[in-house]
Amino acid sequence: MKDFIVLRVVAKVLIPVILIFALYVQFHGDYGPGGGFQAGVIFSAGFILYGLVFGLDALHRVAPVSLLQGVAAAGVLLYAGTGVGGLIGGGNFLNYSVLAHDPVHGQHLGILLIELGVGLTVAAVMLILFQAFAGKRRHS
Amino acid sequence: MTEILNLCILLGLMATAVAIIRVSNLFAVVALSGFYSLLMASMFVVLDAVDVAFTEAAVGAGISTLIFLGTLLLTTRQGKTYRASPLALVVCVATGGLLVYGTLDMPALGDPQAPVHQHVAPRYINESGAEIGVPNIVTSVLASYRGYDTMGEVIVILTAGIGVLLLLFRGHLPDKDDQ
Repeated sequence: MKDFIVLRVVAKVLIPVILIFALYVQFHGDYGPGGGFQAGVIFSAGFILYGLVFGLDALHRVAPVSLLQGVAAAGVLLYAGTGVGGLIGGGNFLNYSVLAHDPVHGQHLGILLIELGVGLTVAAVMLILFQAFAGKRRHS
Repeated sequence: MTEILNLCILLGLMATAVAIIRVSNLFAVVALSGFYSLLMASMFVVLDAVDVAFTEAAVGAGISTLIFLGTLLLTTRQGKTYRASPLALVVCVATGGLLVYGTLDMPALGDPQAPVHQHVAPRYINESGAEIGVPNIVTSVLASYRGYDTMGEVIVILTAGIGVLLLLFRGHLPDKDDQ
């Protein structure tokens, strides 16, 4: 759909807005509605729009599946690692209160980290799914 | 006002569901299921679950519609039509009737005396401000009080991704084939 100038221009205007909104939902999830799951799907929707308008090859270049695999696993690792951080700090697994001197600050830090982990995994898996289904015909 | 809105959305959902059953062109079915998700997202907004509405709009109306379209390209656009069996209709109506009968015992929507609002919810509402310090109680419940549960969900999503990678790419990543 690269040849449609209206689509191309609208996509170029929309994609940064979608990505910024995803980051807002990600990091403002403590205060407003949102969190890692929502941010992840919105973030991947921005990339998928890019892939739809500029072609799968362009999407492969900015978000190769080999990289996304690593990001998806890193998200779970970040989540579980935050839990292990609680163990090292002397609390239970996934107890964030021991991550900082003040328990409430520790909770804030822990929630920020695990939400980031969720967001990374969700966004990466969504992009893997899209590329797997959309790119199937050319490679079979 | 909310009642009228609810009624419109629910009628729209029913009409879309019936249309999905009646239409045999799968392209139209995919478009209708995207519309169904959009209606569901508006339903969640009416129910004040904006975060669920985000997810429904992005995943249900957006990404899964695209994945269905990709699947149609791989398979076929025309669905098979089956002759309706009267027994199936009886089973469906009976099941639906039982489900409606089951809802009669449920407390009214938003009833503060409902068991779900009497169990752990008061503790979360009263204590999470001091314990977690996050204004969004949903976030503190999901991320902190029920951190294990959410970790399980993330692992499920990763597993789904691994499954698709193994089944559809079969070990040959597209970005490696292209070069």
